Amino acid sequence: MNCAIEIVAVCKDYGRVHALHDLTMQVSQGEVLGLLGHNGAGKTTAIKLILGIIDPTLGKVEVLGHSPTGKSARTLRMQWGYLPESVSFYEQLTGREVLDYFAQLKRVSAHERDGLLERVGLDEAADRRVKTYSKGMRQRLGLAQALLGRPRLLLLDEPTVGLDPIAVRDFFSMLNDLRRQGTTVILSSHVLPGIEQHIDKVAMLREGSLQACGTLDELRRQAGLPMKICASGSWPPGFWQSRLDERGIAHYKVNGAHLEIDTPLDAKLDVMRLLLSQDSVHNLDVQSPSLESLYVHFNAVQRQESGHA
Amino acid sequence: MHEVLTVARKEFRDGLRNRWVLAISLMFALFALGLAYFGAAVSGQVGFTSLDTTIVSLASLAIFVIPLIALLLSYDGVVGEEEQGTLLLLLSYPLSRVQLLAGKFLGHAMVLAVSSILGFGLAALAIALLTGNVASVGLWKAFGSFILSAVMLGWVFVALAYLLSVSVNEKSRAAGMALIVWFVFVLVFDLALLGMLVATQGGLHAELFPYLLLLNPTDVFRLANLTGMEATQAYSGLISVSSAQLFHPTLLFGVLLLWVIIPLGLASFIFKHRES
Repeated sequence: MNCAIEIVAVCKDYGRVHALHDLTMQVSQGEVLGLLGHNGAGKTTAIKLILGIIDPTLGKVEVLGHSPTGKSARTLRMQWGYLPESVSFYEQLTGREVLDYFAQLKRVSAHERDGLLERVGLDEAADRRVKTYSKGMRQRLGLAQALLGRPRLLLLDEPTVGLDPIAVRDFFSMLNDLRRQGTTVILSSHVLPGIEQHIDKVAMLREGSLQACGTLDELRRQAGLPMKICASGSWPPGFWQSRLDERGIAHYKVNGAHLEIDTPLDAKLDVMRLLLSQDSVHNLDVQSPSLESLYVHFNAVQRQESGHA
Repeated sequence: MHEVLTVARKEFRDGLRNRWVLAISLMFALFALGLAYFGAAVSGQVGFTSLDTTIVSLASLAIFVIPLIALLLSYDGVVGEEEQGTLLLLLSYPLSRVQLLAGKFLGHAMVLAVSSILGFGLAALAIALLTGNVASVGLWKAFGSFILSAVMLGWVFVALAYLLSVSVNEKSRAAGMALIVWFVFVLVFDLALLGMLVATQGGLHAELFPYLLLLNPTDVFRLANLTGMEATQAYSGLISVSSAQLFHPTLLFGVLLLWVIIPLGLASFIFKHRES
């Protein structure tokens, strides 16, 4: 029973529009899941289904062991926090009043509320009206709201959009704290760089279908994208050609004192042994396929398949 | 109940914060005082006129103004939060859609009630003091029942505004439809009814006619305020066609209450069953 979210064969139609098609995925408790996809890929629909705001057309959704639209909905709603995409809040209220309103709805004490304002760095601006807040401050307020009541499950829709780099860094350090405390987090985003080291698992959606789901390592294996190994040093021209060719390594570039090799995952160690055995190599750098290239890869695969069909 | 009251409290505080309460109260007070003082100007006098005339002219004005204020106050109650992104957030909180709607209605209902009591009440007090009638039971009774019916009329249109607000997905459409609702109930309905009466030469609908008036909350309000008033003859328009004595005041208040409950019930049904 350590499944925080279980989605089984879920379809969601809005009239003739198929927002989600045959979605099956699980999120374990304490896991941080990155939900990736273009705009309109079905990310927000998936979040609404998890939150019980809409019912699935077909299939089953269970959150913390219960249906989010069933009898336990109220108890569930006390245990999660949600940050919607680009929420602008009540302009005429102060930050503290906004948070107060949501705290009362969630039956959270004023003490905890003030602690949260401090935690997101809004304590000084708390008594100013939201109207005067920057985009980043609104986002912080949204985050404070989502953290009310120490939720076991957090759903954050595009949490870093519009934030300056320092705010983004603060956000991720807070996310890491929550992760250490065992909070399950779903992070929906189309901004890829930077989130890799903060997530345990990735789910990629495209036009309402799940393209890929798993840990980064699983997806790398599945995609079979080459690793990039870069070496620098001093070697005579033509030094590498014979050595690499005889090992069947075809994808490489030599550019003066720099060597760049694209290698399949299972040949990685062979290539590295070869490089390390040469005294002329002074420096070595290994790059796994980035989340961005995986994202492009899984989207492209689907496009080809649908093109053939 | 905690959830409903939390939402209601916030809506009411918004009403105070953006000066709705102040503006409506001032407007009502000025109307009431102005009509009481200048109400007899047509007949060549200035000064406080009879209580009946004041109430009748106040009611005639209220029919235009109160529905408009109520619709303006509440037309964006749901659709506005939707555009802001806060509706989605509220729906993820531990409160049901019906509780949310009930809280919002209650908040706006209180804004209207407090403004009406303050505005018209202060005006009544001023009239009583200036005419030396503070102890007159008749004056307080007349104003009391006028304020009560005015508040009910406001609630009817708040309920109608929420019905609009949950039925559309753009604020601008809700605004347009609010204007149409105002136009239909305040102007078109009576004209259409009158036209029908003339077209059938008054014969066909003579029995039915007074009951048709109950289909329009503004006419119910008119009936409630003009019943048994001497000054009625000069002002009541359509009402004089029908027998104003036909309905007991309690019945009329009951009908107004129905006009609150039915649109509100419909609104919560739609809100509960719609997607998003």
